[in-house]
Amino acid sequence: MLRYVVRRLVMLLGIVVVISIGSFYLIHLLPGDPAAVILGTGDTPANRAILYKQLGLDRPMVVQYFIWLRNILHGNFGISFISQTSVASTIRAALPIDLELIALSQILAFAAAIPLAMRSARKPDGIVDRILGAGSFTLLSIPPFIIIVLLVLVISIKLGISNTGPSSYVSFGTDWIVNLESLTLPAFTLAIGSFVLYYRVLRSDLIATLQEEFITVARSKGISRRRIMWRHAFRPSSVALLGSAGVNIGGLLASGFVVEYLLAIPGLGYTLIAAINASDYLLVQGIVLVVSVGVVVINFLFDFVINIVDPRISRE
Amino acid sequence: MSESLNELGVLERPEASTPLGWLFWVCVGWLTLNVLAAIFANVLPLVDPLYQNYNVVNAGPSLHHLLGTDDLGRDIFSRIVFGSRVSIAVGVGAMLIGFGIGAPLGMLAAYRRGRFDTIVTTVMYVFLAFPAIVAVIAVLSFWTPRSLLKIILVIGLASVPLVYRVIRTATMAIATKDFVIAAKVQGATDRRILIKELLPNIAPIGVSFLLIGIATVVTLEGALAFLGLSVNPPTPSWGNMINESRTVMSQNPWLVLFPSLALCLFLLCLNFIGDRLRSHFDVTEVKL
Repeated sequence: MLRYVVRRLVMLLGIVVVISIGSFYLIHLLPGDPAAVILGTGDTPANRAILYKQLGLDRPMVVQYFIWLRNILHGNFGISFISQTSVASTIRAALPIDLELIALSQILAFAAAIPLAMRSARKPDGIVDRILGAGSFTLLSIPPFIIIVLLVLVISIKLGISNTGPSSYVSFGTDWIVNLESLTLPAFTLAIGSFVLYYRVLRSDLIATLQEEFITVARSKGISRRRIMWRHAFRPSSVALLGSAGVNIGGLLASGFVVEYLLAIPGLGYTLIAAINASDYLLVQGIVLVVSVGVVVINFLFDFVINIVDPRISRE
Repeated sequence: MSESLNELGVLERPEASTPLGWLFWVCVGWLTLNVLAAIFANVLPLVDPLYQNYNVVNAGPSLHHLLGTDDLGRDIFSRIVFGSRVSIAVGVGAMLIGFGIGAPLGMLAAYRRGRFDTIVTTVMYVFLAFPAIVAVIAVLSFWTPRSLLKIILVIGLASVPLVYRVIRTATMAIATKDFVIAAKVQGATDRRILIKELLPNIAPIGVSFLLIGIATVVTLEGALAFLGLSVNPPTPSWGNMINESRTVMSQNPWLVLFPSLALCLFLLCLNFIGDRLRSHFDVTEVKL
């Protein structure tokens, strides 16, 4: 177990290094003089000197990377020359919104997927299973940006339900009821994609598990169907579910970007798109770095949890 | 070689498990229609998708404008047909790059094994851990000015590790089968084994993954268009048509419904065909 964790940690570190090199190099994808593009309208000699000191742009590329990396490791993501604010504080303000949104959507997705998958697995190819199968397959083909647009069209515009439309977001601290209301549609939209995935994965695993001998033994002992499902079948079937939940996080963030952008929810996605449109490249770079590392770390944590659920994996 | 083995019943070919069914062919027909319309959009009797007719603004469906017009008086039907060009080009183009690089590497790694396999697989798994969508957004936002070709290239390269993993897993399952070993014993060259023995057996898995991959890329392009990272307006694409329609959504819901419907039907058909092919060839041991 320990050896496995250490090996995974080394791999995690390697991936984070690759991500940092990739994020660093983004600046050099900019056409022409990167300093001129980053500074934009704030291209004064004084600002230019600050930027050169911050990024080491007059030094060789390898040296630049280490200067940049040292700043990042000290929590210094630079100061945006467009908005005159520190990139780190902008990210710190936006990140909790994404976390809240993702947490809400995952609660919804699991709450729907687990009971429905169990219901389907009880009678594979039964009428309920077929309807759920066809329904989830159709939902699979509707991108989140269409779901959110249609939801806004019907619920916020046609039905006129308040606090659900664009720009209705307020922070959790200000008014938590309005906060939850404004996050209902985006959380629901994100939950749909996750639900389809979790439902399909858990259903097929449960069907396979329910055919195992220990389930037959449990049945012959007279244990109730509900108890067999939750206590005996669910845990061995949840490994693939956890795995797909971990992998799903990256896609979830990207869908979250679109949804936030549409509803003007000031999370990382909205901030990212606003930064791209304002050519605020240091902010874009910071967000890309934080999001990528976040996704990789979350994947790592999920691997860890999977190991606790099924210790056989680390022994392979 | 493989044919003679087949006659002897030595070669274990998976029996077709589920019939394809009529819905499968409806989907194939719809996709063919979409692709043909996209290719021949120039020669078809369509209104210019950029022509703004201010006499009919935000009109509903009529005989003159099949699916109505948008807020600038442009014909929605024509814009959907021309918009499909971007989606299809990005989907097919990116997957051609992804498969062009990922599939041969995956086959070779699974067949050769050894150090080559270890190195390539490690590198690919590092990139696989990288959130590909975030990387695509990041590269496209910095690598300006954006063009269709750059979008295809970036998404295509981002898909390589995924294609590699699927093809490698599929090849490994087949490379240890008896008929491959028999071919080796008979002194067949590596090239012959890869092309004549392995390729035909991986092709069904490859094709079904290709179709689902195209659907994923088309969705991604839509999301990018939504974020303003795909082709620039006024060039229509399904994604930016839906995005542009948001502002006039309450007056003209048709404007958001029709491109959404076109996109969803297209994706549904791709997913359905991919899924059916997969269960038809019964490749349960390969998880996509």
